[in-house]
Amino acid sequence: MKAVTVVDLTKKFGDFTAVDRVSFDIEQGEIFGLLGPNGAGKTTTISMLATILSPDSGKALVAGHDIQKDQPGVRKSIGIVFQDPSLDEELTGWENMDFHGRLYRIPKKIRLERMEELLDLVGLTERKDDFVKTYSGGMRRRLEIARGLLHRPKVLFLDEPTLGLDPQTRNYLWDYIEKLSNEMNISVILTTHYMDEADRLCDRIGIIDRGKIIAIDTPENLKKTMGGDVITIRSPDYHGRIADLKPNWIEKVESYDGFFSIALHGAEEHLSELIRILVERQVTISSVSVHKPTLEDVFLHYTGRRIRDSGNSAKEQMRMTYRARRH
Amino acid sequence: MDVIYTIWLRNVKRYLRSRSRIVGSLGMPLFFLIILGFGLNSVVTIPSVSENYVEFLVPGIVSMSVLFTSIFSGVQIIWDKQFGFLKETLVAPVSRIEIMLGQTFGGATTAIIQGTIILVLSLFVGLNIPGIGGFLIAFGFMALIGVGFTSLGIAIASRMEDMNGFQLIMSFLIFPIFGLSGAMFPIESLPPMFRSLTLADPLTYGVEGIRFGLYGVSQINPLTCLGVLLSFSTAMIFVGAFLFRKVKM
Repeated sequence: MKAVTVVDLTKKFGDFTAVDRVSFDIEQGEIFGLLGPNGAGKTTTISMLATILSPDSGKALVAGHDIQKDQPGVRKSIGIVFQDPSLDEELTGWENMDFHGRLYRIPKKIRLERMEELLDLVGLTERKDDFVKTYSGGMRRRLEIARGLLHRPKVLFLDEPTLGLDPQTRNYLWDYIEKLSNEMNISVILTTHYMDEADRLCDRIGIIDRGKIIAIDTPENLKKTMGGDVITIRSPDYHGRIADLKPNWIEKVESYDGFFSIALHGAEEHLSELIRILVERQVTISSVSVHKPTLEDVFLHYTGRRIRDSGNSAKEQMRMTYRARRH
Repeated sequence: MDVIYTIWLRNVKRYLRSRSRIVGSLGMPLFFLIILGFGLNSVVTIPSVSENYVEFLVPGIVSMSVLFTSIFSGVQIIWDKQFGFLKETLVAPVSRIEIMLGQTFGGATTAIIQGTIILVLSLFVGLNIPGIGGFLIAFGFMALIGVGFTSLGIAIASRMEDMNGFQLIMSFLIFPIFGLSGAMFPIESLPPMFRSLTLADPLTYGVEGIRFGLYGVSQINPLTCLGVLLSFSTAMIFVGAFLFRKVKM
């Protein structure tokens, strides 16, 4: 049985179609990522699967339960970490866990055992009796994840789990999430607009933009569609001078807003030739970078836009993109 | 039942931890009791009900602190909404009515504690200790006021997005309910129009019920008080539960 099956799920807000006939499956034990810019429909999709919103049309089964006909069944079998914090800051970490365990009617003995075990797993045992208001952002996230696992869900939803966290904490969290999915064999759906997060964590990725899923595959396969290497050149002169650039070793040329990217095999050996051609054509070059294809390039390929341009967000996002490119 | 208890427990824990809230919400009732009570004690006598004005004021002030605490506890779910904690509760496989009842009983409990503190402090300003039966009657009425007005608070909070409207509730709901309740003046002495407003105010029956518990006399028959307050609280639970069911995450 699939952990999650989604068929043509659609949600409209007035005239705006937030999620447009989205379909995908998730295997048991798989980490599935919904990758896309802010406002692409990731959270709306997750909210429908978690029975927080009801879809306008389409169908979805979560752990075998229909999200419209069997809400309690769905709720019992999912754990969810919301994008925004959802802890009670006036309670201790332990009490937040306990509240959750009681709410899900876990018998006392099992509850206490699991609480110890999970707090240990996320490294919060020493801080369990401190008020949550004294926790750092990363600790809160870890506590929320531990809490979401307390009732042994079959599917765990993580909505932008590392949003606003520093790089070191993000790395820790990724480790935890990987460990969890390995040790407990639960399916994880996570949404993110961080390329490196999706790349590092997910077994498969659905790229979502403007409410539609435009590609689903493993990160490796997605990147393979881009060819071997990518040369990204920053230049204002795309049209006329570059668009028709087609030596036989170039596989694809795409432009976006002051950059253009060239997909090819063996970028290093062709770089000097490429530069020579560009200089001959009197193209202004502000910068050149050579890298293996990233999910950013994949997103660009499918949407014609960069993730960081399509969202309304933050410098941080831009920084992350640059980091991703450097690797 | 265990879910209701869980939510009740959280409310009570949070309340007992917020010392500043406990002390803060004692301020106003005590201020009324002491300034108003002693200020007017020598000029005001209310022959049929009680010998001195401070004594007359005590049930009203107890009700006042129960009223304030309970409405505030109900409205508190707006904070839960804003801090995101409500989502955690709403997405759990529990029914809305359980959540609402837990919140109601939690709010009522804190309100009773708050009222009891005022009651105990009143012993120092001249309240004679009634029998244990009298205390129990007073507690019963405090509980009914607490349940009714916490539910009202939840009903209001279910329709509000943020705390911006809270001042409005303070000015146009809580204060009128308190002011018209006969907490500060005998109902008999009011002009007819005010008297009917006072008799339409559910808190009036709470004040008189507590008065009967503490002194054995009241301006309204205690059974009437019990009947009215029971109906009010039950109605409010239904209204609160109905509106809370529609709350969106």
